[in-house]
Amino acid sequence: MLRLEQVVKTFHPGTIHETRALQGLDLHLAPGEFVTVIGGNGAGKSTLLNAVAGVWSVDGGRILIDGQDVTALPEHKRAAFIGRVFQDPMMGTAPNMQIEENLALANRRGMRRGLSWGVTRSEREEYREKLKILGLGLENRMEDKVGLLSGGQRQALTLLMASLKSPKLLLLDEHTAALDPATAGKVLELSDRIVEENRLTALMITHNMRDALAHGSRIIMMHHGRVILDIAGEEKKHLTKQDLLDRFAALAGEQEETDAVLLS
Amino acid sequence: MSISAYFSSLSVLNLFSRLPSGVAQGIIWGVMALGVYITFRLLDVADLSVDGTFAAGGAVTVMLMLAGWSGAAALGCAIVVGVLCGLCTGLLHTKLGIPAILAGILTQFALYSINLRIMGKSNQTASVKNFGLVWETKGRGFWLSSLYIPQAILTGFLLAAVIVGVLYWYFGTEQGSALRATGSNPNMSRAQGINVNSMKLLGLALSNGLVALSGGLMTQFQGTADVNMGRGAIVIGLAAIIIGEVLCDAIFRKGVNFAVRLSFVVLGGVVYYLVMVVILWLRLDPNDLKLFTALIVAIFLAVPNLRAQRAAAGARRRAAAGKEA
Repeated sequence: MLRLEQVVKTFHPGTIHETRALQGLDLHLAPGEFVTVIGGNGAGKSTLLNAVAGVWSVDGGRILIDGQDVTALPEHKRAAFIGRVFQDPMMGTAPNMQIEENLALANRRGMRRGLSWGVTRSEREEYREKLKILGLGLENRMEDKVGLLSGGQRQALTLLMASLKSPKLLLLDEHTAALDPATAGKVLELSDRIVEENRLTALMITHNMRDALAHGSRIIMMHHGRVILDIAGEEKKHLTKQDLLDRFAALAGEQEETDAVLLS
Repeated sequence: MSISAYFSSLSVLNLFSRLPSGVAQGIIWGVMALGVYITFRLLDVADLSVDGTFAAGGAVTVMLMLAGWSGAAALGCAIVVGVLCGLCTGLLHTKLGIPAILAGILTQFALYSINLRIMGKSNQTASVKNFGLVWETKGRGFWLSSLYIPQAILTGFLLAAVIVGVLYWYFGTEQGSALRATGSNPNMSRAQGINVNSMKLLGLALSNGLVALSGGLMTQFQGTADVNMGRGAIVIGLAAIIIGEVLCDAIFRKGVNFAVRLSFVVLGGVVYYLVMVVILWLRLDPNDLKLFTALIVAIFLAVPNLRAQRAAAGARRRAAAGKEA
């Protein structure tokens, strides 16, 4: 569903701030795969997601979604294939607009926006049903401005918006990092459910190794802009945190011990 | 002059005789404020091109009417020119990466020369008898002229109502929603497949079209256009928006329909202009008007921030007190 071939991205090239964030990254996601991504600070996790989403163009390599080469497509055109949830709960929704308006915007992702009504009566009912699933009582506040919601509520809403029009790919960028543990747990549970029910192909970054192990069907570890560890299937199911730390130390070498600490 | 002599010199009748004209001009400024509202509140862009666009609308209108065009056709052309001005600012901003404020200033600056070119000199007056919105009037039944205030108020009111209605409809459509989303959260908009740059272009074009229309209306009302007529238009627009919002919140307290909100922007323009009429009636120096306007706008723009700062400081104090206890 997603294929990255030799993707290269360097920030601030030719300056003292030069950062080679992605160094020939190869990655392939089969349809329906739910991949969790871990790695220390600066490993290139967010860069990977931003490269796929098209926040900027990459310096080299190709990115294909469902066989279509999207490398040259701008962010808003790629959005037709991609649902996204950001680390900052404020980033995924329009605060000055109503809950139903936000959902209606998401429901038209990848479509031409013309002069017919922004929210129709029939879709309002559809949204009400979907909001009930969140279990946050938002179905009774559909005309409230999203800016009035809490971070957790906004993140849950963003998740619903990302999956409303079944995307070919769901990108979750540390989407629970800014939430309190209880809310984070709920949002993760919801993510699992949405991915499963819609059979989505998903890529989820997390700083929390326990979350990375408990969720998804495959885990990859990034280091210095490359994938250094890739475990799926039965092996992933029985993987423990200690296994991961040991594997990381062996792969990255002793001097990277500090990074291993960052991971936990 | 003693105070009593000052007060006895003020004639209430004189004030009342000036108010209707103030209302008519206020409505015209209100139409301009609607344009400013689109960029400032919906698109979250401070577009300073409007000072130039307002005068451009006036210049185009006066020249076309002098050339024998009908009032309505001249206004139509003014709108087109306004749209082009907005596109110019928009392209400078989105395609060439110039910050929005600077892009607006550049357009405004360039328009000063262009407006002089359009008019050939710094101002142009058309015989007021030639003026008439919608159709030629042959000396009677003027639709929008300072000579026939009641008709001008009625025409202005109907026009403003139509514009509010159209804007209400447009911003409820898919495209209008996308435009509002762009102003509310550009990151989210891109993630939802909205072309943020296109929306900014569209919003700036729409906004400046309205501002130019307002400039044209003002020219029809006064029978003259001046290259400086738009000076400070952005500030007057902001004043109208803020006065309208304050009044709207005071009357309705909680969330109101978008159409009501837009109507209050026009009302804000009227209130602003009436305040100016009263200030002039009080014989304050007209040269100080712009200073007063700027102060009022600065205060009202600052109030929400100052409130937030005080709330934050209060929270810090409580937190500190809690730690000590």
